[in-house]
Amino acid sequence: MVLGLYNYWIVVLLMMIGFYIVIAHGNLIKKLVGLTIFQTSVFIFYISMGNVDSGSAPILAEGVSRYSNPLPHVLILTAIVVGIATTALGLALAVRIKEAYGSIEEDEIQIQDQLTEDNSKC
Amino acid sequence: MIAIAIVRTKDLLAVVMLTGIYGLLSASFFVVLDAVDVAFTEASVGAGISGLLMLAAISMTGRAEAPKRHKPLLALLVVLITGGMLIYGTLDMPYFGSFDAPVHQHVAPRYINDSMQEVGVPNIVTSVLASYRAFDTLGEVAVIFTAGIGVLSLLALPQRRKPYLIDESSKEQMYQQHIVLRVISKALIPFILLFALYVQFHGDFGPGGGFQAGVIFAAAIILYAMLFGLDNAKRIFSLSLFQLLAAIGLLLYASVGVVSLFNGGNFLDYNVLADDPIAGQHLGILLIELGVGCTVASVMIIIFFNFAGRREAQQNGKGT
Repeated sequence: MVLGLYNYWIVVLLMMIGFYIVIAHGNLIKKLVGLTIFQTSVFIFYISMGNVDSGSAPILAEGVSRYSNPLPHVLILTAIVVGIATTALGLALAVRIKEAYGSIEEDEIQIQDQLTEDNSKC
Repeated sequence: MIAIAIVRTKDLLAVVMLTGIYGLLSASFFVVLDAVDVAFTEASVGAGISGLLMLAAISMTGRAEAPKRHKPLLALLVVLITGGMLIYGTLDMPYFGSFDAPVHQHVAPRYINDSMQEVGVPNIVTSVLASYRAFDTLGEVAVIFTAGIGVLSLLALPQRRKPYLIDESSKEQMYQQHIVLRVISKALIPFILLFALYVQFHGDFGPGGGFQAGVIFAAAIILYAMLFGLDNAKRIFSLSLFQLLAAIGLLLYASVGVVSLFNGGNFLDYNVLADDPIAGQHLGILLIELGVGCTVASVMIIIFFNFAGRREAQQNGKGT
């Protein structure tokens, strides 16, 4: 009977893949991709919670009595568009960082920061 | 599956392609789960716009990812522990698709049973989005608007009156090469725009609404900008017009709320907008969906134009 929980496990798997990309990769764009995967896993989580066996899409029609829960759909619908807007903001930041530092690798940026800090101390 | 491939690939271009496929896959997954509205959005955003933006960003930041110099083992350990704990947490969750899960007990029955009498719109998602939870949606539109302003302030270039010093002929040729694409897209763009309008105004009855329509509308204009050059596109659709439209959309949304306040109702309570509550609801939903569509389309176009404009400026800077 535990197998009835498989949707959550898929979500957890996807979420952890996204999480892994975010913490293990230094490239800022790759990190953003990881965040997108993480985000999508949350979307899938909500949508799969709203799903009802033999339910229909929540558009009222004759002869249908059982609908999936519309509330998660609404939340996720807006979340997707908000997500792309924030991702675009992140990409814009990455572009500016590339212009300022000449790199979008985390460790290289850190080295440069350290260098300027040391220079200012001397 | 695809996600794991994304982890492994170093070439960011391939990563972006995979992300597009991933978006399309999750969109079809949402259809299977009865979430047609969400699938619509995900298909146009996840598989379309997000890939485009990432491509534009990559073209400015470089394609290759640096070889790894860290220890992935520690990260893997953290991920495994977190994942294990999360899976342990799911053991108490209701089964997939079960009818009596707590999620379905709270407000959902009211939305499903009463929304037809109270709002009079067949698409429950639309009535929840635009009427019951209009306040949330207003906040989300504001977030999108803010993100647009953020991109604008990060990437916008100072106004330059003096023309670029590169010769235009080489650029012209690049666009000339894709003649098949240009002809076909020229025939398709009006239909895409028409489809966006259909999605916008049919959102009450079928899947669709302001968010999806805005993204589709933006996609059509972005397609034009890609194939005919940014300068041509800017000549037709001025950027400041879209900046104005983005603000107007949000303003329209909020002022619908204020008007209903003046008519003696609560903020964003459409019942008082017309003599008949149902007609008032229809009017309110139509107006705020229009506002949402305006803002979303304009912000997406602003974001793309800024990315593309920045890139062209960079390339011109390198060329001279």
